[in-house]
Amino acid sequence: MTQVRDLSHFVRHLDGGVARMELAVEGMHCGGCMRTIENGLSAMPDIIRARVNLTDRRVAVEWRDGKVDPAGFIDRLSQLGFRAYPFDSGKSAADERREGQTLLRCLGVAAFAAMNVMLLSVAVWSGNASDITPEQRDFFHWLSALIALPAAAYAGRPFFYSAIRAVKARRLNMDVPITVGVLLALGMSVVETLNHAKHAYFDSALMLLTFLLVGRTLEQAMRRRTRAAAGNMVALRAETATKFVGPHELCEVPVASIQPGDLVLVRPGERIAVDGIVAQGRSQIDQSLVTGETTPVAAAEGSMVYAGTMNVSGTLRVRVSVAARGTLLDEVSRMLERAVEARSHYVRLADRAARLYAPLVHAAALATILGWLVFGATWHDAIITGIAVLIITCPCALGLAIPAVQVVSSGALFRSGVLLNSGEAIERLAGVDTILFDKTGTLTLPEPEVVNAAQIPADRLALAGRLALASRHPLAAALARAALAKAPLNAVEEPGQGVRCTHDGIELRLGLPSFCGADGDAQDIVDADPEASVIAFAYGTKHYVFAVRQKLRSDAIDVIAKLKRGGFTVEILSGDRASAVAHAAHAVGIDRWHAGMTPGDKIARIAALQAQGRNVLMVGDGLNDAPSLAAADASLSVATAAHLTQAAADAVFLGDRLAPVTAAVAIARRARRLMRENLALAIGYNAVAVPVAMLGFASPLVAALAMSGSSILVTLNALRAKRAAPERAAWKS
Amino acid sequence: MEVLIYLVPIALGLGLLGLGAFLWALRTGQYEDLEGAAWRALMDDDPPADQGVVR
Repeated sequence: MTQVRDLSHFVRHLDGGVARMELAVEGMHCGGCMRTIENGLSAMPDIIRARVNLTDRRVAVEWRDGKVDPAGFIDRLSQLGFRAYPFDSGKSAADERREGQTLLRCLGVAAFAAMNVMLLSVAVWSGNASDITPEQRDFFHWLSALIALPAAAYAGRPFFYSAIRAVKARRLNMDVPITVGVLLALGMSVVETLNHAKHAYFDSALMLLTFLLVGRTLEQAMRRRTRAAAGNMVALRAETATKFVGPHELCEVPVASIQPGDLVLVRPGERIAVDGIVAQGRSQIDQSLVTGETTPVAAAEGSMVYAGTMNVSGTLRVRVSVAARGTLLDEVSRMLERAVEARSHYVRLADRAARLYAPLVHAAALATILGWLVFGATWHDAIITGIAVLIITCPCALGLAIPAVQVVSSGALFRSGVLLNSGEAIERLAGVDTILFDKTGTLTLPEPEVVNAAQIPADRLALAGRLALASRHPLAAALARAALAKAPLNAVEEPGQGVRCTHDGIELRLGLPSFCGADGDAQDIVDADPEASVIAFAYGTKHYVFAVRQKLRSDAIDVIAKLKRGGFTVEILSGDRASAVAHAAHAVGIDRWHAGMTPGDKIARIAALQAQGRNVLMVGDGLNDAPSLAAADASLSVATAAHLTQAAADAVFLGDRLAPVTAAVAIARRARRLMRENLALAIGYNAVAVPVAMLGFASPLVAALAMSGSSILVTLNALRAKRAAPERAAWKS
Repeated sequence: MEVLIYLVPIALGLGLLGLGAFLWALRTGQYEDLEGAAWRALMDDDPPADQGVVR
């Protein structure tokens, strides 16, 4: 049977007969890789351009439409030593990019205007103290107005629009006091200029916008970076299916383009990408990723198979279900939607601060005006002083306080192997006091491992490993990994039995114990360890049995002990059998465990804990975990998880170790501490500045010094999130 | 103070020049890949056609 790859789903057709595709590239780290890839692709005929983006780890290729098969790019890159995956650059990515560009443009304009106006202001301030004439001062003020008014109208748009949206929805956010402050400062300055007054606040308004835009840009850049990393991960694991396009013709297509009624081929060792009914073939199906159950179930003609499960032993032809409703995946998706909806009620620290802050500063300004009137000031002076209070309380440092910490902390998390899906996840992670682990694939490694390799002679193990490379069975794959086998033996496959070959005149067999004549040994192993799976190897008349089982992550025991010392309540929620869960719980030292749980049971357990006032962190990997990841207060998923699960989690951690879980919580707690410190600094600044302004001493010079001083202070404080915290201090919140 | 007639337009013009350069850089995608740009600066293998004739 012939097989081709169809990537047309990912190709964008541009004007002028040019086609474009983006690929996520694994293993690209430096300028050298970048040059190899660009030169390697550009050397192919009919390629117009190949451009690497090293920040996002992607390459964009443009070619003359219809002249080249895009699948060739992936082959070319694999010759060059890189694994590449087509990347579906959706609409959201383009929107995000545009938003980032708009913010940067606004920042550029605001910074330009602020610098020029400040230049004029310094002249006025020094002139006021010496010999400036009123005409010169008016000239400088009018010049400032000429620069400031259009610049503020342009650069302030992100705040103005957001404030209008908030007011329309009858809410208050930080942008409302910002907008009010900026507009009043500009309006008052124009009036004061008309009155030939000594002070105008054009510089304060622009400086405020500049600092706030720095905060917004940082926040947006972080969001974009976390999305890019998450998007690549989805592309690297993008599910494809092998579809029959003719009776003997196969085509590898993205799952998104599969239609109900299509016939797909699922080979042993492959993950089933669709829900469907087996049309032909028999096999064992490993549903551990979907249900957590580790014992495979049998599938034959007419059985229902589910997306996300693993085909273990035989080749299947699967007819894609017409009705996707009522399937397991569908049920999981619906639960997920409900859980996500419930979680969106979380209110971020910054928004909570804004709700308190806005009414407070507006009240202070009003009190100032009334106070001055009571003490006999003119309306003009009273209003000017009131507006000065609003200007000086504008949340300049407050706007930087949280984004700066988020950016620095997400960098620290990235270095610990944790990729964030959302910025507010840091705040939610910091609040957890109860940690729930899934067992299969989370506490244990996702791939099974050979546990008795040390008891088998090394040369036999090596031979068995080479033979195992010829089989697609997951147990054989585990054996090949254990033997570090590189060179496959040329073997014949006996369907449903195993593989065999002749090596140096001796017959080798690998497969079921009965196929290798090792039933007795296999029974001994299974009796001793009921959870182990076995695979047998025959060398002539001698035979060996390998026990394969899910192994705990190497540092699982340490991490659990550390979490318990840190005062966290730790539990296991698993869909697996009670005996298997009990064994794992005992091994890592967790007293509370729940076995045989459905996705609904897991959500119920989380809800019960939340009702007791607990803040729950869920760590999981299976599709069955996805709804509970979304339902928990915070969630972490393993990078090997299905992409629905990764998308439901707040953050994804990489690697074979569990240590990123403790690192994530520790970094998040430190980040929250720094955010609170920053908010306290910003409020402390106001506590000093507001009385000064109320008394009428807030000249533009004082406002400029206070604003820049407090902004620099919170930024420097945020940089402390970068330092590695000592273990003891890590749990303090 | 007549010097202001020259100095103010010069100051504004220089500022606008800087702003224009920034907006141009942004529009031509020079802020898209900061990490890659750092490496590109170190590469000296321009295509042969672009290199001057060695005498």
